[in-house]
Amino acid sequence: MSAAAEDTVTEAPAVEAVPKRAMTLGTGTSLVILAALLVTPVFVKNFVVFQMTMVMIYGIAVLALNILTGGSGQFSLGQSAFYALGAYTSAVLMENFNVNYALTLPIAGLVSFGAGYLFGKPALRLSGIYLALATFALAVAMPQLLKLHFLEQWTGGVQGLTVMKPDAPFGLPIGQDKWLYYFTLVIALAIYIGSVNLLRSRSGRAFMSIRDNEIAASAMGVDVAQYKTLAFGVSAAITGIAGGLSAIVVAFVAPDSYTINLAIALFLGMVVGGVGWLPGSFVGAAFIIFVPNIAESISKGLSGAVFGVLLFLVIFLVPHGARQVAIVAQQMLGNLRKN
Amino acid sequence: MPPLTRRRIVTTLLGLAMAMSATAALAQKKYDTGASDTEIKIGNIVPYSGPASAYGVVGKAMGAVFKKVNDEGGINGRKINFISYDDAYSPPKAVEQARKLIESDEVLLLFGTLGTPSNTAIQKYVNGKKVPQLFVATGATKWNDPKTFPWTMGWLPSYQSESRIYAKYLTKEKPATRIAVLYQNDDMGKDYLKGLKDGLAKEASRVVGEESYEVSEPTIDSHVVRIKSSNPDVVVFFTTPKFGAQAIKKLGEMNWKPVTIISNVSASTATVMRPAGLENSQGVISAAYAKDASDPQWEGDAGIKAFDALLAKYLPEVNRVDSSAMTGYNMATTMVEVLKRCGDSLTRENVMKQAASLKQFPQGGLLPGVTISTGPDDFQPIEQLQLMQFKDGRWQLFGDVISGELAH
Repeated sequence: MSAAAEDTVTEAPAVEAVPKRAMTLGTGTSLVILAALLVTPVFVKNFVVFQMTMVMIYGIAVLALNILTGGSGQFSLGQSAFYALGAYTSAVLMENFNVNYALTLPIAGLVSFGAGYLFGKPALRLSGIYLALATFALAVAMPQLLKLHFLEQWTGGVQGLTVMKPDAPFGLPIGQDKWLYYFTLVIALAIYIGSVNLLRSRSGRAFMSIRDNEIAASAMGVDVAQYKTLAFGVSAAITGIAGGLSAIVVAFVAPDSYTINLAIALFLGMVVGGVGWLPGSFVGAAFIIFVPNIAESISKGLSGAVFGVLLFLVIFLVPHGARQVAIVAQQMLGNLRKN
Repeated sequence: MPPLTRRRIVTTLLGLAMAMSATAALAQKKYDTGASDTEIKIGNIVPYSGPASAYGVVGKAMGAVFKKVNDEGGINGRKINFISYDDAYSPPKAVEQARKLIESDEVLLLFGTLGTPSNTAIQKYVNGKKVPQLFVATGATKWNDPKTFPWTMGWLPSYQSESRIYAKYLTKEKPATRIAVLYQNDDMGKDYLKGLKDGLAKEASRVVGEESYEVSEPTIDSHVVRIKSSNPDVVVFFTTPKFGAQAIKKLGEMNWKPVTIISNVSASTATVMRPAGLENSQGVISAAYAKDASDPQWEGDAGIKAFDALLAKYLPEVNRVDSSAMTGYNMATTMVEVLKRCGDSLTRENVMKQAASLKQFPQGGLLPGVTISTGPDDFQPIEQLQLMQFKDGRWQLFGDVISGELAH
């Protein structure tokens, strides 16, 4: 047959499936970043340590969304609801039932997993923008549900709940902020590694096959319904853990902390970080925490507009987010090495 | 406003340089972090963006007052460096901004932080750091708790003080009437209701109907209809503006004319009384503590003139009728007074001491007779209000200034 036809086949990028390596950073880079994360708190102010902790927490939540959207191709604007659920689970357990803060996190994860899984069941009938709308409703409803009268004895109603901030255990000579930083770092790391492995596993491949072509996936024997709800559940569980961590670190939960704005911020973080690229989640989290501050320092009255312009610039210049920047950087490094 | 920001950075840097050169401080002058020979750093958090961004004007008005003070030479020769951040009315963001102010900007104190949820979120932290959290801009009653939170002080008359004043009025002027209350089911509405019942004391049984609504309800017409079933002579609305307008309008539609009291929160002429219909609003009673810039009776009043001059020079973009501007102006005026009284001893402890020893201090923006008083056990600066009635399209004050303090 003609050689031309064969050429087109080789040139076309097969499918947009994320190759294993493109999903993460190289081992060397990862180790350097980890070392930097371990050492930095020693040199910076507690306030910066707190901010870095918040970046990691939001990063975990963005990563959860990334598994759902980047992995299984389902949209969600309702992540703030699962985040709130996790935060309230942790806070209520700590304050009303005197449960150790570390133990509340797996419970927060389980509760959120249950909620996500159950929500994923009916949501199966929906796809694309309709699913996004259904989850949007969840996010809008959540703050009002938390204010419900009969829950008030536990949730504190509109007033919210103040949580005791934990000290470092075993009499370690570090402050609360640094302790919570390392505590969060360990959890973030575990979730990150777990997520990478999940996406590389059989289930992860099933997620991605559903994302790429649902019919083809079911033809290959993937239980589409099962994996879609599973993705929802896993994503909700991780978001719930992030929420629980935030309750511990911020030491306060209130219904107004978990509005639709949070869900949109998380979504934004995912897009800025690069959909489907897990390390990008943390870059996206940094974006949603620091860029509003930058916008505010430029103009107080127009901070929203400035934020919009900055966001627009990012989307316009690097449409694939941090992932694109990382790929370009890697290529440049490669070129340097060759020379 | 880029030039302003740049100027602020320059002043901050200058301040830092001076602070470093003046480390060998003189014995008489006492400073904590955030104060020096040349500068006093004040931190503030206000929602400039987000759902409650209308309150951003409060922060702007405060900034204008401090700018004016600086232009006139500062306080005891020290310039005020007013650092105001946006929390978008989100409690976690408020925590981040409070930490930034205290740990990174190293302010002497926090002043006028706005919103009940945001202040609740930072209260424990700020008290743990022993940094004054002065004159928080919320009406909740819980800020007056010097035993548990010795570094936090309110400013606005609390919801409970206000409703105790209605109770006094109802006991004195409308004895033996049957009262029905419609309140918003949140901490604000409940605070109001508690104050009313406390104020009525033995006569609390006169409250024959209690009806609450959720802030998420689109309309409260059905609740208004329901309170009529208890056949009251007086109806009291502890609502937020949108619902206040609905309730008054519904009364008109039902052609029902009970004595009507509405909380100060919903007493705005522009956003409540006029939308409800001037005919329907006629005769409604409320209470106020500050001068209403739109009220013609204050024309030529020295306090209002000073307020107008400030807005004209420093904040021309803000509408003088906006009551948030008056609130910010009044709060900043109290802050300036406290700092003046601190003299050269700008420690956090002394700031709290001075803030807790204001005795009947009058201000131009407050109603004549309303004064600011605090004490070591009284962290609630304003407790007096004056009743007013809506007549012919505007509020008219009547009676004396009444104290909402609990009779001890």
